[in-house]
Amino acid sequence: MFRSTPIIRWRKYQERYNLMGAKCEKCGKLHYPQPALCTCGSSKFIAHKFKGEGTLLSFTDIGSGPEAYAEHAPYCLGIIQLSEGPKITSQLSDCKLEDLKIGMQMIATFRKFYSSGEKGAIYYGTKFTPKW
Amino acid sequence: MKIGVIGTGLTKFGEIWDKSLRDLLAEAQLKSLEEAGISPKDIEMIFTGNMCAGALSGQLHIGAMAAENLRLNVPSTRVEGACASGALAIRAGIAAIESGAAKIVQVNGVEKMTDVSTEQVTTALMGAGDEEVEGFQGATFPALYALMARAYMQEFGLTREELAAVPVKSHKHGSMNPIAQYQKELSIDDVINASMVSDPLTLMDCSPITDGASSIILATESIAKKLNNDAVWVVGSGQASDTLALSNRDSLSEIKATRFAAEHAFKQAGITARDVHLAEVHDCFSIAELLAIEGLGLAKKGEAGKHAAAGHHYFDSKMPINTCGGLKSCGHPIGATGVKQAVEIVHQLQNRAGKRQVKKAEVGVAQNVGGTGATVVVNVFKR
Ligand SMILES: [Zn+2]
Repeated sequence: MFRSTPIIRWRKYQERYNLMGAKCEKCGKLHYPQPALCTCGSSKFIAHKFKGEGTLLSFTDIGSGPEAYAEHAPYCLGIIQLSEGPKITSQLSDCKLEDLKIGMQMIATFRKFYSSGEKGAIYYGTKFTPKW
Repeated sequence: MKIGVIGTGLTKFGEIWDKSLRDLLAEAQLKSLEEAGISPKDIEMIFTGNMCAGALSGQLHIGAMAAENLRLNVPSTRVEGACASGALAIRAGIAAIESGAAKIVQVNGVEKMTDVSTEQVTTALMGAGDEEVEGFQGATFPALYALMARAYMQEFGLTREELAAVPVKSHKHGSMNPIAQYQKELSIDDVINASMVSDPLTLMDCSPITDGASSIILATESIAKKLNNDAVWVVGSGQASDTLALSNRDSLSEIKATRFAAEHAFKQAGITARDVHLAEVHDCFSIAELLAIEGLGLAKKGEAGKHAAAGHHYFDSKMPINTCGGLKSCGHPIGATGVKQAVEIVHQLQNRAGKRQVKKAEVGVAQNVGGTGATVVVNVFKR
């Protein structure tokens, strides 16, 4: 369920702002976001920043979203396979559904997500946009 | 394993504005008791599947509520696994009987969803996904299944018309089910031309928001034989998990946990997919039904859409699927769905499914999914 307080969103800001994931110290596998365990069983990771480039695996649009995104709709959503391997669920910005095609190249862009009321905090993060 | 289903109970599914969460649960509970011909004090344990009562009705502690409804002080537990909560409650009941902890168990499912706005329901249901990976990105369940549908269409060449055959068949079955939320038939054009929810899925690809409750009574083999000479048996049960977020899985075009749960359940039941006469599967969205059919091994990967379009899944055809109308037409009161699937299979195997009765059905399977496939339960029933 969508629960937004500044602390909940602050905790993972590196992930969202900088596409910060993790590299397994033992086998070298890359993850986004950092899991508790690597598929090899190791729990030792070092931070790894992803380049923010990838391929669009699937996409759709959302006409009416969860409450926090009510004013933001409609928007596009996709799953992108990062060039380094892991997959990421992301809003797709600066594009319409008709512009999108499975297999197209996408790049990360820093965007506003939503704000909690007129005087509340504004939340930012990474979205992906087609690399025209 | 051989556990008897000795009683079933269902409320009407739909927008039941004059009944509360508690009213719905109590109605189903009393019906299953009445059908089993036993009294509340015969129940030794209760398990109740529910997902959203905390978020939508401000009510948790559903276990105690279910016991109070029967004026009992026995152990009573609420079970949650998103949309698979109902079938998980059945598994909890099975475990209680298999372990010898109880001889007669009541298993319920309940959800009250129509008291609040659609946005509030959408928000609550996203609790079944990964909050940080999917929720923050503004993902919704229709959107996540739309991502699966598009990936599947690209990979296997499934057409929009083939996919539309799923809800058309569901509504045909629902039109013959008196408790179904929607009892009106649909055409392929009705599905394709309905308002777009998340492209390529229209409103008619999506299960609705529903109130309802369901209940069954499980008992040991010896008690079931004594009480009921027409008991249906649970002979296999499997459960599997996968990543919460769709994007953390290898494939977007399959629900792997269905395969794992089915392998376990079929092995325990001593059957293969060929022995299955009918199945109730989790069609929260049209694409999910095709993924379920393939995961259960009832069609080869990429071919379920062809079978659907050819009409093989109608109650009077080769491989009846979702004879109750499925989640789409019968309705999808989240926690109640898994138990309702079991009720439909039991009624079919007992030859009491009315106009939608499948002929000579002896083995039925129920597949219940939580989220986009992070939890899957498969139960096998035999006459
Ligand atoms: Zn590793």
